[in-house]
Amino acid sequence: MRIEFEVNNRPVVLDTEPDRRLLDVLRDDLGLLSVKEGCSEGECGACTVILNGRAVLSCLTMVGQVQGGRILTSEGLVKDGELHPIQKAFVEAGAVQCGFCTPGFVMSSYALLQRNPNPDEDAIKQALSGNICRCTGYAQLIEAVQAAAKANNE
Amino acid sequence: MAIVGTSVHRNDAWAKARGAAKFTGDIRLPGMVEVAVVRSPHARARILEIDTSRASQINGVLGVFTARDIPGKNLVPLVFQDMPALAMDEVRYHGEAVALVVGDTREAAWAGARAVDVKYRVMDAILDPIKALDKDADKLHGNDNVFRRWTVKKGNVDKALQNAHLVVKGTYHTPYQEHLYLEPQSMVAWWSDEGYIEVHGSMQCPFYVRDAVAAVLGLDLSSVHVIQATTGGGFGGKEDVPSTIAAHAALASFLTGRPARLVLSRDEDILVTSKRHPAVIEYESGFDEQGRLLGVKARYVMDAGAYATLSPIVLWRGTMHAAGPYRVEHVDIEALAVATNKVPCGAYRGFGEPQIHFAFESQMDIAADKLGIDPIEMRLKNALEPGDTTATGQVLKKDVGLVQALNAVREASSWDSRFETPGRKQGTVRRGLGVSAVYYGVGLGAAGQALDRAGAFVQVMYDGSAVFAVGTVEMGQGMVSQLSQVIAQELGVSIERVRALPPDTNLLPDSGPTVASRTTVMSGNAVLNACARIKQQLLEATAGILNEPVDALTIEPGRVTGKNGAATLDEVLHRCFLERRDLASTGWFKSPETTWDEKKGQGSPYMTFAWAANVVEVEVDTETGVVTPIEIWAAHDVGKAINPAQVRGQIIGGSLQGLGYGLMEEIIHKDGLMQNNRLSQYIVPTIGDAPKINAIIIETGFEHGPYGAKGFGEQPLIGIAPALANAVYNATGKRVKTLPITPERLFAALHDDKTVD
Ligand code: FES
Ligand code: FES
Repeated sequence: MRIEFEVNNRPVVLDTEPDRRLLDVLRDDLGLLSVKEGCSEGECGACTVILNGRAVLSCLTMVGQVQGGRILTSEGLVKDGELHPIQKAFVEAGAVQCGFCTPGFVMSSYALLQRNPNPDEDAIKQALSGNICRCTGYAQLIEAVQAAAKANNE
Repeated sequence: MAIVGTSVHRNDAWAKARGAAKFTGDIRLPGMVEVAVVRSPHARARILEIDTSRASQINGVLGVFTARDIPGKNLVPLVFQDMPALAMDEVRYHGEAVALVVGDTREAAWAGARAVDVKYRVMDAILDPIKALDKDADKLHGNDNVFRRWTVKKGNVDKALQNAHLVVKGTYHTPYQEHLYLEPQSMVAWWSDEGYIEVHGSMQCPFYVRDAVAAVLGLDLSSVHVIQATTGGGFGGKEDVPSTIAAHAALASFLTGRPARLVLSRDEDILVTSKRHPAVIEYESGFDEQGRLLGVKARYVMDAGAYATLSPIVLWRGTMHAAGPYRVEHVDIEALAVATNKVPCGAYRGFGEPQIHFAFESQMDIAADKLGIDPIEMRLKNALEPGDTTATGQVLKKDVGLVQALNAVREASSWDSRFETPGRKQGTVRRGLGVSAVYYGVGLGAAGQALDRAGAFVQVMYDGSAVFAVGTVEMGQGMVSQLSQVIAQELGVSIERVRALPPDTNLLPDSGPTVASRTTVMSGNAVLNACARIKQQLLEATAGILNEPVDALTIEPGRVTGKNGAATLDEVLHRCFLERRDLASTGWFKSPETTWDEKKGQGSPYMTFAWAANVVEVEVDTETGVVTPIEIWAAHDVGKAINPAQVRGQIIGGSLQGLGYGLMEEIIHKDGLMQNNRLSQYIVPTIGDAPKINAIIIETGFEHGPYGAKGFGEQPLIGIAPALANAVYNATGKRVKTLPITPERLFAALHDDKTVD
């Protein structure tokens, strides 16, 4: 089946089975390896990408569902080699340890700040509740999102 | 400006934040094939026949391999030589590997694995470690099912307990804990007909992986080239298990001639990889009227699972610490690791310590309550201090920060004004405070002394950049950035221009495993050793520029200064180049001597200890049994914090894992079959479960540590569950002696007097 969509502001045309996981298409067909597979059943959030402005789990999304859609991954946040303010905030707040969960958290944070530029702590916790991090203990992730929101509003 | 001691950003974080770090699953090689593993559906069974004919015909399947195809030894070598890479005649736990299927896609490999027809004759499984100790129990190992037994003995404990004013007796049960590193186990192996194999993967111990691959393929160690890939968390779970994963990938590559990748699915990963040992622990602790600890008698039984793997040394560490961080003259500890038909347990952050800390810190709390002594006072009365002798006979030096840690959490949590005597609280929803004291022997200790060594390589380029490599790994804990700080501090190079190369078994000497919170001390000292030689070269070159003696010179960021002038690092490096000076060096470090006399049950097992105290505050809903953690205060003596932000990261992250252990994490078996090996069923703390965690850093130095640093990365996990249980007691007056404290368990304790102490 012919499937057309946009990834990181570039058009993509694929001829593929519509019931393949978006996760596999992004990683194996398009080489977007920031998208990680941690559980394959929608529990860890490592595979989070943005679809039409909302955070979705690419392990539970079939590529047929994204026909005509706009997708953003962590690679797409980097502009001219410069990290996105959210990605920078993650580094500066110490929110990155092993880094396997990081791209997923970055995308969930991005979706949050798009719809709520001034989230309070509860809103941040709510938005990141579908992402698991086994390393950090989460405090630094909350601090990173707060710092990114502040940087954005300045 | 000092770089060591400041919270510089980790230099591996930039690539990770943009998603560019290459984990094993991101490796793409031409012609690469995928491996799937056929696994036992039984806890124990005889293999009657493996029929691979149907699987071999599946489209895309390139080969199906069993134990008979192994060219070398069918062995994953570790402490004992008892675990096969693929089961031969008998499977001994649910999920044990029986055959490998190689496919040109993952789907093909998995379809093939499902089509392999294995005929089993199911046998009676041994599931309960206590029953496994019965004389007439069926034998899985030796003539008593005991993989290893250790004891600590001092004084006359029976007499001490007889004379004690108070004797507290308790039996404690602790659960499995799964590491749940976010990146599943994964490995890529690439056999070359030139006669060597390259292995890249997620691992803590490249040298263990090398040994296992060499064993199964029958190769020289030098023909196995292991390079660690970016590793997405370990916590002990990638200590020995990657040896098996690598053995499977290497066999697949060797037998098909193609690069082969094995990535475990999450379900598979939880099912078959090592876990924290469940334990049954009995304690008798005797006290005088003032609350002084007179004697400790304990029996610590670990459920080790089907093969010994690391159990003998996990047990050793637990045994060494079983009397608690207290002065006590009479001790009798017996500890056993027992074989059962369940997943082999192994290393998990804390390594045999969280179980016994839960037990003896509950004991201390019960005693404090019975004697009417404040729980923190109770611990202060008994806490080990500089110059004291431990239960094993080790004389402590100056770096003992337990009293400081206890006082720090006491003050930070406003303990004195907020702690109320247990059981007096009223109402449905009640708050409580609990405390724990913790110690952690740094490094492998006497039982692993031969491995307690580390190598490094450092090179400064003539443009002022630098590279380094060590034989221990970065798995998320922050090693790379701490060692970069050491190099920047010693050699004056800019930390942004220090790059870490991955550990490589052919280029670095065997540096032992990346475990036991040993990396800061071991690799830190090895890097310092390498830097010292390069530093000498830099100083000699500068002496020529400034016309000053070497001992008048100091290296600072970007320059070398003397009494009368300074040279920029660029000038110094240019001079080094012209003078043909060698700016590359290896470095080496061996840990200080430690001792253990097994017959006497005494010795000085560790080069030093880290120390900690925790206070946990909870809110308990007495109608539902739900425990909500409100806040944690965790004070850790780390010797010296090379990077305080990262120390805080270890404290917060480790504390939350400890909270998961105390509150929610458990593996459920039915008839020896694991029931909840999915992330939707094995529950770990999410952001909503995380209370505020206040990290407090205590620095008492360490004579052998780089800049006085000790290792401590495991310690934050250890003391949370006991402080939590003590807080629940404080809130409700009910003592839970079985972890985790789930709502069902606490509800039962609250509503059934029989289960109450
Ligand atoms: S891989 Fe998609 S949620 Fe875990
Ligand atoms: S940084 Fe390792 S899981 Fe989040």
